[in-house]
Amino acid sequence: MNEDWVLYEVFIRSRSGLEHKHVGSLHAADARMAIEHARDTYTRRQEGVSIWVVRSSDIVASDPDEAEALFEPARDKVYRHPTFYSIPEEVKNI
Amino acid sequence: MSAAAESVRPQAGAEERFEYLLRLADTSLIAGQRLAELLGHGPALEEDLALGNIALDLIGQARLLLALAGRIEARGRDEDALAFHRDAPEFRNLALAEQPNGDFAETIVRQCLLDAWQLETYESLTGSSERELADIAHKAVKECRYHWRFSSGWLVRLGDGTEESHARVRAALAKLWRFTDELLSADELDACMAVSGVGPAPALIRERWETRVCAALAEAKLERPAHQYYPWHGKRGVHTEHLGHLLAEMQFLPRAYPGASW
Repeated sequence: MNEDWVLYEVFIRSRSGLEHKHVGSLHAADARMAIEHARDTYTRRQEGVSIWVVRSSDIVASDPDEAEALFEPARDKVYRHPTFYSIPEEVKNI
Repeated sequence: MSAAAESVRPQAGAEERFEYLLRLADTSLIAGQRLAELLGHGPALEEDLALGNIALDLIGQARLLLALAGRIEARGRDEDALAFHRDAPEFRNLALAEQPNGDFAETIVRQCLLDAWQLETYESLTGSSERELADIAHKAVKECRYHWRFSSGWLVRLGDGTEESHARVRAALAKLWRFTDELLSADELDACMAVSGVGPAPALIRERWETRVCAALAEAKLERPAHQYYPWHGKRGVHTEHLGHLLAEMQFLPRAYPGASW
């Protein structure tokens, strides 16, 4: 692998109207190549209708050491879950 | 086209149409087999997948075209019989398609020159008077558009890249350019297909191919090599020594084990 190739994260929209989902990462020399690689690597079996790529180094991630402070407080607040509503059968993708 | 215009058009015979379809089918089949040789040897995992995808597209085109050719021939030969039980002189692919992969620059130059030809040819064939061929062309042209995007992208990267990549791609271009004569020189069969509306007008393909390829060469900072006359024509069954070796590998299994299946 050429050192000039950097890591990109790949997001695929599986159908119109749905959101782009992270599917994995790959190496490429630039954005154009990253799109082509993503197409060839992740949409070979009709997985998508749209691709986003972003340099992995451009992603800002939360600090694992702060996980407690960030996520623990949500644990005992069950009333935030929308489990008290009944969702009609016909409504998909919720 | 109006019904009146169609009725005055000379009809191409089954033999000519069969022969013409073999040219298209064999070019896709042999190019696909060449690229398939690279599986597991691509310069990077992602490129390996890309080359494999293109190989599969090409072999898929060959299957449809050979099946159609077999129906037109009407002698009971299906796609497998045509792919695996003909010898080199019976193959009608463009000689460019059978040229070895060489280094990555050579593979890319071969694909680029061929992709441009296939793209323009199938684009034109979507209007073929041979209905089933037009249907196949509709599917193939989308694939070819991507193949061209891939190969021309790499041509520019290599040509406008480092000193080494430029030197390699220039050498590959000098080596393979002579085979482009065959892509653009129409013989009697090509002319007959154009007149009957089955195939594209050769002058149109030449013009569009030149425009497309020259623009890519300019972007890749490569000079167009001088025209070279090429005396052998794969589309008439006169091949370079490379085709026999390719076929030996491709055809071994179905010939050694007739009727073998998964």
